[in-house]
Amino acid sequence: MRGLLEGKTVPVLIVLLAIVLFWYVMAAVMNAPWQTTLNTRAGLTDVPLFEFVAQTYAQDKPVLPAPHQVIGAIWNGLFGAAITAPRSLAFHASITLGATLLGFALGTALGVLLAVIIVHNNASDRSLMPWIIASQTVPILAIAPMVVVGLGAVGVTGLLPKALISMYLSFFPVVVGMVKGLRTPEPIQLDLMRTYNASPLQVFMKLRWPASVPILFASMKVGIAISLIGAVVGELSNSAGGGLGVRLLTGSYNGQTIQIWAALFIAAALAAILVMLVGWGERLANRRMGVRA
Amino acid sequence: MSRLQRILAVAAALVSALTLLLGLAGGISVPLLIFGVAGLLTVARFFTPVSLWIDGAVAAFGAWALLDGLELFDVEPLWFWLALVACWLFAWLFVERLAQAIRAKAMPDALGIVIPVVFGLSLLFAWEVVTRGANVPQVLLPAPSMIWERLTASVPTLTADFVQTFKAVLAGFALGCSAGFVVAILVDRSPFLKRGLLPIGNFVSALPIIGIAPIMVMWFGFDWPSKAAVVVAMTFFPMLVNTVAGLNASSSIERDLMRTYAASYWETLFKLRLPAAAPFIFNALKINSTLALIGAIVAEFFGTPIVGMGFRISTEVGKLNIDLVWAEIAVAAVAGSAFYGVIALIERAVTFWHPSIRGGRT
Repeated sequence: MRGLLEGKTVPVLIVLLAIVLFWYVMAAVMNAPWQTTLNTRAGLTDVPLFEFVAQTYAQDKPVLPAPHQVIGAIWNGLFGAAITAPRSLAFHASITLGATLLGFALGTALGVLLAVIIVHNNASDRSLMPWIIASQTVPILAIAPMVVVGLGAVGVTGLLPKALISMYLSFFPVVVGMVKGLRTPEPIQLDLMRTYNASPLQVFMKLRWPASVPILFASMKVGIAISLIGAVVGELSNSAGGGLGVRLLTGSYNGQTIQIWAALFIAAALAAILVMLVGWGERLANRRMGVRA
Repeated sequence: MSRLQRILAVAAALVSALTLLLGLAGGISVPLLIFGVAGLLTVARFFTPVSLWIDGAVAAFGAWALLDGLELFDVEPLWFWLALVACWLFAWLFVERLAQAIRAKAMPDALGIVIPVVFGLSLLFAWEVVTRGANVPQVLLPAPSMIWERLTASVPTLTADFVQTFKAVLAGFALGCSAGFVVAILVDRSPFLKRGLLPIGNFVSALPIIGIAPIMVMWFGFDWPSKAAVVVAMTFFPMLVNTVAGLNASSSIERDLMRTYAASYWETLFKLRLPAAAPFIFNALKINSTLALIGAIVAEFFGTPIVGMGFRISTEVGKLNIDLVWAEIAVAAVAGSAFYGVIALIERAVTFWHPSIRGGRT
């Protein structure tokens, strides 16, 4: 028992359980006023407490849906419809996933490229770095609708506008991380490369790049999480294109709270899976690089 | 001269010469003519030293000449674009030489600020010349001058939007950060909660929390409290995670010292652990300053009274008033940077003892 409490799993599970319980209580409390109105209209008085609580968990458009309602909606959305049907959550999730991955790939490539330029050229370091940092104090997601509509006006629609937003968000952690990573080799190691008469390209491929891989993966974990956010927000401006963002938006217009929560949970699960995949790649790369985890 | 500088110098002079050649046949304007000649004359650097300020002056003059020559033609001829390239090359050469001079201690360190400023200005300038010169559709990208005009013309609207959105940002930021901070201190006392809550907090920080915006709008109505609620949810977890990490930052030897002084829990907290946690807390505050602005603006996409930056952006985009949207974004950018800057300044004052600040670099 003591050993169990000292690990991480049991405390996490207990906290999760507490959250779920709290959620059920809140769902009953928050849905109660509307349920009372409904019951009064139907002429039902003296509903037993137990039955009343059950009613609050079965509303169509609850203020706060109970967890099992959300899970039911997710289940229906994933397996209840053909994967190509617009009703299917898997369909929308795949659209968001596509934009996320494309934006993430573009952002990582851009970030690495910028970092390489910055590390090798003092003038670029001084001119680019302050602006790269400033670019992130700008609430860039505000630009999302404009990018989507602006590119749409000149005929670029679909995945690319959303991916561009994801790219803008995800390049930043990669640049910052990679600049640090490419500079990890110590002067003594660089001097050694010089005594080998290594060309700048060889120094890069054999020393700087391998030294920066662990940091690259750490930054990519941050990058993929925010590129999903970028994709979801990008979808808010193009309701015809589909995606989890569109589910959120239509859900909010129609008051379909269960739909909103389901889309939210799918997005969360997607983020978790993507971060886990990058983390897995990180462990793999670290092992090959000889880092002890 | 380094190899890169030589290449840049030759390229800049060559492109200037080409500009002159093509321009003389195609009705070049007098300022651009002067720019071309001056650019060509800089080959003198291969025989006698030429100050880097001359490169800067040539670039600046070329920029002015290009702006001056924008209205001459409906469709800009090839030499105009060559002049733009030459101008850019001179600016680059100037920055390159300045950076080298600073590195070699030939110039004072304070001049370092010139480099990013020149870069920003040349970006803005290229944006202006390309959008106006190539007649880029205004829907895609309006010229900076147009955005500025729009910004100065619609100050009342922008102010109203700014006030509406910043109410949510500040209220949400203050509430979310202090809640995260207080919960972190409470959690810190219980190792069990720390082990249970922290992985969840880390996990939630990576989630697209912004998605709760529609739910918050339903719960708290259209006005700013619903946006503040989104901001609270977004800022809470980074603060919680960072503060807990910061509270563990003081080493056990320092804590032992506090014990030998018979310091109580609260004394240790206020005199040792919180100051040691300050860098972490400020890190969270900085992250949150950006998140708060994003949260408030995006939450407004889901419904607002008819004022607010997010509202304005999403409706004006629909009306294709892109210049007003850019003006709004410019305001958001300045506000966001200022918000961040204020926190960074406070950080410098509070954590003056930290190596990163004592070292003179932030």
